[in-house]
Amino acid sequence: METLMAILIGCLFASGIYLMLRRSIVKLAIGLVLLSQSANLLIFTAAGLTRGNPPLVSAGESMPPLPYADPLPQALVLTAIVIGFGVLAFTLVLVKRVYQTVGTDDLDEMRSTDGFKD
Amino acid sequence: MKSLILQTATRSLVAVLLLFSIFLLLRGHDEPGGGFIGGLVAAAAFALYAIAFDVASTRRMLGMRPQMMIAIGLAMAGGSGVISLLASRPYLEHLWYHTDIPGFGEIHLGTFLLFDIGVFLVVIGVTLLVILTLSEE
Amino acid sequence: MSHDLLVALPIVIPLATGVIALLFYDSRDSQRVISVIGSAALLLAGIALLMTARADGILVTEMGGWPPPFGINFVADLFSSLMVLMTGLIAFTVSVYSLATMDPRRESFGYYPLFHILLMGITGSFLTGDMFNLFVWFEVMLISSFVLIALGGERPQLEGAIKYVALNLISSAILLGAIGLLYGLAGTLNMADLGMKLQDVDEPWLVTTVGMLFLVSFGIKAAVFPMFFWLPASYHTPPIAVTALIAALLSKVGIYALVRAFTLIFTQETSYTHQILLVVAGLTMITGVLGAVAQYEVRKLLSFHIISQIGYMLVGLAILSPLALAGSIFYIIHNMVTKTNLFLISGVAFRLQGTYELKKLGSLYRYHPWVSSLFFVSAMALAGMPPFSGFFAKLTLVRGSLELEHYAIVAVALLTSLLTLFSMTKIWTEGYWTPSPAEEEGKLPPGVDEFPGWTRNMVAMFLPIIILASLSVGMGILAQPVISLLVETAEQLLDPSLYIESVIGDEP
Repeated sequence: METLMAILIGCLFASGIYLMLRRSIVKLAIGLVLLSQSANLLIFTAAGLTRGNPPLVSAGESMPPLPYADPLPQALVLTAIVIGFGVLAFTLVLVKRVYQTVGTDDLDEMRSTDGFKD
Repeated sequence: MKSLILQTATRSLVAVLLLFSIFLLLRGHDEPGGGFIGGLVAAAAFALYAIAFDVASTRRMLGMRPQMMIAIGLAMAGGSGVISLLASRPYLEHLWYHTDIPGFGEIHLGTFLLFDIGVFLVVIGVTLLVILTLSEE
Repeated sequence: MSHDLLVALPIVIPLATGVIALLFYDSRDSQRVISVIGSAALLLAGIALLMTARADGILVTEMGGWPPPFGINFVADLFSSLMVLMTGLIAFTVSVYSLATMDPRRESFGYYPLFHILLMGITGSFLTGDMFNLFVWFEVMLISSFVLIALGGERPQLEGAIKYVALNLISSAILLGAIGLLYGLAGTLNMADLGMKLQDVDEPWLVTTVGMLFLVSFGIKAAVFPMFFWLPASYHTPPIAVTALIAALLSKVGIYALVRAFTLIFTQETSYTHQILLVVAGLTMITGVLGAVAQYEVRKLLSFHIISQIGYMLVGLAILSPLALAGSIFYIIHNMVTKTNLFLISGVAFRLQGTYELKKLGSLYRYHPWVSSLFFVSAMALAGMPPFSGFFAKLTLVRGSLELEHYAIVAVALLTSLLTLFSMTKIWTEGYWTPSPAEEEGKLPPGVDEFPGWTRNMVAMFLPIIILASLSVGMGILAQPVISLLVETAEQLLDPSLYIESVIGDEP
């Protein structure tokens, strides 16, 4: 399972980076989304996958029965997803504004702030 | 895009969705649910209304700017943590108040509820700020 | 005042200020007043925090009352408190300066609330004692800085924002992945707990690998070589007050995170990791300053200087001796003060002559000698001339490096210093000394009649500049007490057991 997840995460990272290397800002935004999602999966996998053992403490016990799934990475991933949601919302607004102002979605046309002159 | 079917359905759905969002908010006290998911459901209700009708009438229905909603929500969530500071406890430690209401049973009131309602408002505010800004042009 | 309150205040004050400003969304005037009061309160809280941290040792508060390593805790050691204090100072000066320079349109679109939420993200990053929480504060800071950079929606701003957003989000994704791997390795994310548990891991190379991921992620945020390209492409695009704020604070948060991570957590293979840091520091210094030398736009030139100075701040971390680290911290503080001031003064020059181009500026010394001398003080401080703060920061750093016989880095630092002096002289001669193009044609240069008297706007514009310039002189003249505080800070950083003990306590 971990191997499969590792391959999946690798593919997601690769496709995210591939999309970011394209010239369109929309693809850039999609690439960023894939990148943040693969990072979420990475947290989830790196912390260890336990199936079918929710960390629920039954009445009268002080600890869930071993082995149980670690709840912390899930909380971390949830937080990261929420943050990613906020960032994504902003990125979409930004992409739209850039498209409206610059009149193109080509990143190569957005180099007026890079050069050494002016 | 004006669809009579969608508009008629939306009128009743919005009420149900908003009620459900409040149910989720209160249920989050001891069970799955809470301010975040409740806020998303409520925001979905407003977004649905904006799709079925238009943005201007959604803003009227909302009654205040999304920015104001974020401000009130943040003030409630952040303020709920300050209460414990005043009681010389660490920031955001939540205090509980237990009381017995005759005929209803024992209820726990905590500063945490304030925090959750704050989150609820912030989530609605942020989501609607983005959705309404994007769909306005 | 209780320690809990003292450590929480630098986070609560900006939050409260931002929220109250947001509640007065329709009234610009109230927002302006609230913003100045809030940042002044943050400055006072920073002073109180530093004094208490110096007197009582490391302060810890547990968010929500959960004990570490389970809960999130906030820790104020000397380094954190110092950075919070500097954040307060920069916040106060820039918020006063904003009163005179920010345009009404940006003000009414939530400039002040964003300003304070950004500050909350920064102080939160400085104070948190939990790796994942650091990520959350980073995001708070990034989102508000994204909006601040794009606010106003002019074309260069949006173009800069796209690059800034894309590269910072990559860095966040790497950070998130690294945090996941770290949790997989150690089973904890509390920094003190990590510092303890990672000491006896069987495979230190794994920890070092994760450490390198952190280096890349924090490195992007701090704009170190070779990951700095987003900085000169975006920092100069927003209004000058925003530029000054983010230039002073954001990359320093990256540096802070690097220092914290590589003194507390990743200390297993210092000979390897810190060698890399040293090389990166040298290259950052030299590439940054070479970029600056080639520029003729004041804001871009100063942006490249930020990069080159990030290099100096890394040297102390790479060498890991108390004196060198103290020099680096001195450099961080000095840089926050002078760099902000240079940006603010270039804003004044822009106000006078309507341009940031060196070739179009000119004659400022002839008609505005006071503005020019304020610039001169900051520029010479940045270049490291005695008796200003930059000289002593560099001196401490160079002495620290020489003690441990790092001659190469000293040579690079001195060469960079020379080139910095060269480019500061370039601004001085082109912008202030020589006649402007208009004057060469026999006309009066623009802006001669500006500043008729001490109006309210004038005070708001010059008060911050005068405060910062006098601090830059003051830190030079009173270098001895400053350096002794900083050596104390560095010694505290280099002994992670102090940090760990104060967080975890006496438990095993």
